[in-house]
Amino acid sequence: MSFVFYLIAALTLAGGLAAVLLRNTVHCALALTVAFAGLALLFLGLDAQFAGFAQILIYIGAVAILVVFAILLTRSSETMQEGVFSKSWFAGLVIAAGVFAVLGWAVLESAHALPFETAAPRVTVRDIGNALVGRYVLPLEIVALLLTAATIGAVIVALHEKERAR
Amino acid sequence: MVVASPLAAHLLVAALLFAIGLAGALTRRNAILVLIGIELMLNAANLNFIAFWRYGPHPEALTGMMFAIFSIAVAAAEAAVGLGLVIQIYRHARTTDLDQMNRMKG
Amino acid sequence: MAAASISVTLDQIFVLLRDWLVHFLPAALRPFASVVLGVVAIVAVFPGLFALTTVFERKGLGRMQNRLGPNRVGPFGFFQPIADGIKSLTKEDVIPFRADAAVHFLAPLVLVVAVFMGFAVLPVGRNMVLVDMDAGLLFFFAMGASTELSVFMAGWSSRNKYSILGAMRAVGQMISYEVPLLLSSVAVVMITGSLSLTKIVAAQNQYTGIFPHWYVFTPWGFAAFLMFAIAATAETNRTPFDLPEGESELVAGYFTEYSGFKFALFFLGEYLGMFSISGLGATLFFGGWSAPLSFLNVIPSWIWFFAKVMAAIFVFIWMRGTLPRLRQDQLMNFAWKFVLPFTLLDLMVTALWRFMGEGWARWVVCTAILAGAYVLMGRTAMQQKKFGPRSYRYAE
Repeated sequence: MSFVFYLIAALTLAGGLAAVLLRNTVHCALALTVAFAGLALLFLGLDAQFAGFAQILIYIGAVAILVVFAILLTRSSETMQEGVFSKSWFAGLVIAAGVFAVLGWAVLESAHALPFETAAPRVTVRDIGNALVGRYVLPLEIVALLLTAATIGAVIVALHEKERAR
Repeated sequence: MVVASPLAAHLLVAALLFAIGLAGALTRRNAILVLIGIELMLNAANLNFIAFWRYGPHPEALTGMMFAIFSIAVAAAEAAVGLGLVIQIYRHARTTDLDQMNRMKG
Repeated sequence: MAAASISVTLDQIFVLLRDWLVHFLPAALRPFASVVLGVVAIVAVFPGLFALTTVFERKGLGRMQNRLGPNRVGPFGFFQPIADGIKSLTKEDVIPFRADAAVHFLAPLVLVVAVFMGFAVLPVGRNMVLVDMDAGLLFFFAMGASTELSVFMAGWSSRNKYSILGAMRAVGQMISYEVPLLLSSVAVVMITGSLSLTKIVAAQNQYTGIFPHWYVFTPWGFAAFLMFAIAATAETNRTPFDLPEGESELVAGYFTEYSGFKFALFFLGEYLGMFSISGLGATLFFGGWSAPLSFLNVIPSWIWFFAKVMAAIFVFIWMRGTLPRLRQDQLMNFAWKFVLPFTLLDLMVTALWRFMGEGWARWVVCTAILAGAYVLMGRTAMQQKKFGPRSYRYAE
């Protein structure tokens, strides 16, 4: 694997680690965007141009902004809690380590059977579009329905209920 | 440690990212940070899909790529609803600390 | 014949210059070197244009407001940007005591880098595009979306009430108007069948008689262009959508706590954002670098591109000198209750246009639908809207 891959992978993992470890919640959200950007670069390295740009547009442009809005609206960055980690943090860490051990073991055990460098697939945006409205039209419609439902749901959940307002 | 297969290298990165996200979701007290952990896990899964698409036998079938694109769309909806819920909980309980949300404990 | 070849040479002069410069290098380095030269050209030309535009804006605004504008430095004040540049470079760089130093430092860098990236896919002339990406439009919007983050970083890290208010306003506004911005571009993508900006220009670079096939001259294209222009104005925080940095309310909005070179970077980022969004608008609806009349093709393509961008900049300045600022609730109402539904309707009309086939019938039907919807939604529904006292909403 190339040097560039290791660099991007290190960036992504560092962003991810910082996102779960830092004390200040806004810093966590910003570190999360570093991880998202690193993932987008990894996608680009895998010749998935469309997915990489969609990743930047949706995760950095929308999800990260949503997260920081939520942080500011709930004043999570101002109130310093006594501890940022939950009481059962050790169990959580053990479970995560166990999951990683199993996944890593599975990958390394089967590494010899995995394919080596293959020719880059020639996939244009047009192919993706055709697939979306051809073979994958049903999932596309379901996602459209889901997004509509989620939009309405999010608005209703976050809507100020007048009668309950103090 | 040198991993010869690029697919294996990507899978390892994804596994590590998934574990980081899982650890974050399980250990942080702030509900928003838990959501951040979940986002990281979703993204790690996306990386797996894209890597398998790229090095799989039939990249022109676009299966992994499509799954990743749909998963990105679903994750956006999930984030919107999840954060809406967190804001609603904050209004109700004046906190986003998950350790203090124990009212339904029997 | 000779005249034609001169015009072709002039048209391609920068491409030829680049190839001539690159051919001194070994063959292995050539692709890399030509990309580097392209980047250097972008990094040199657009900030130069920025310097020119600041003086143009100040003099133009002065003219509209019946005053002189800058006229002390150099002939007619044209060296004013140089003086401003020296001033901002030599000013003390103040970082507020309680500010989050790292984020405060990174915010202007993120902004300028993200804005510059957007230029990479804009075709500024025939064969003059840095990277011709298959998903160029998506790349452009992805980079545009990243600037929101830097705005938030700047506002939040300053620990200043004006900064955070300005940042919240800016981010809310940019997210709200990004949706119609994207959707109005989707109309063009639907007709062209490609996300590549070079292909979008190529599709418009055809002529019936002497008139070009620009998308703005179709009913759906005109409607989409209007929505695009509104959303682009909001996206670049220009008047009448300049609430995030309205100086009478918020000092300078999210970059209140910046001084010296970092302030200049924000200023640069804002103007570069204007250039890139104007360039995108010209590319999507006004044929990019193609000439407005077929016989005007003798004039080099890059001149047409920059002429269109500068015309758009003039409209921005004109609006700044003419229109008052909107209120926050008016801004949001306008985005979600008028611009977004109208853009969605325009998408349907575009589909109708695509499948009605050639002929005059589609002109009549599409125009009728759009005009009817505009009268119904824009005139009737928005006019009946009572702009009563503001209602305040908090998370708590």
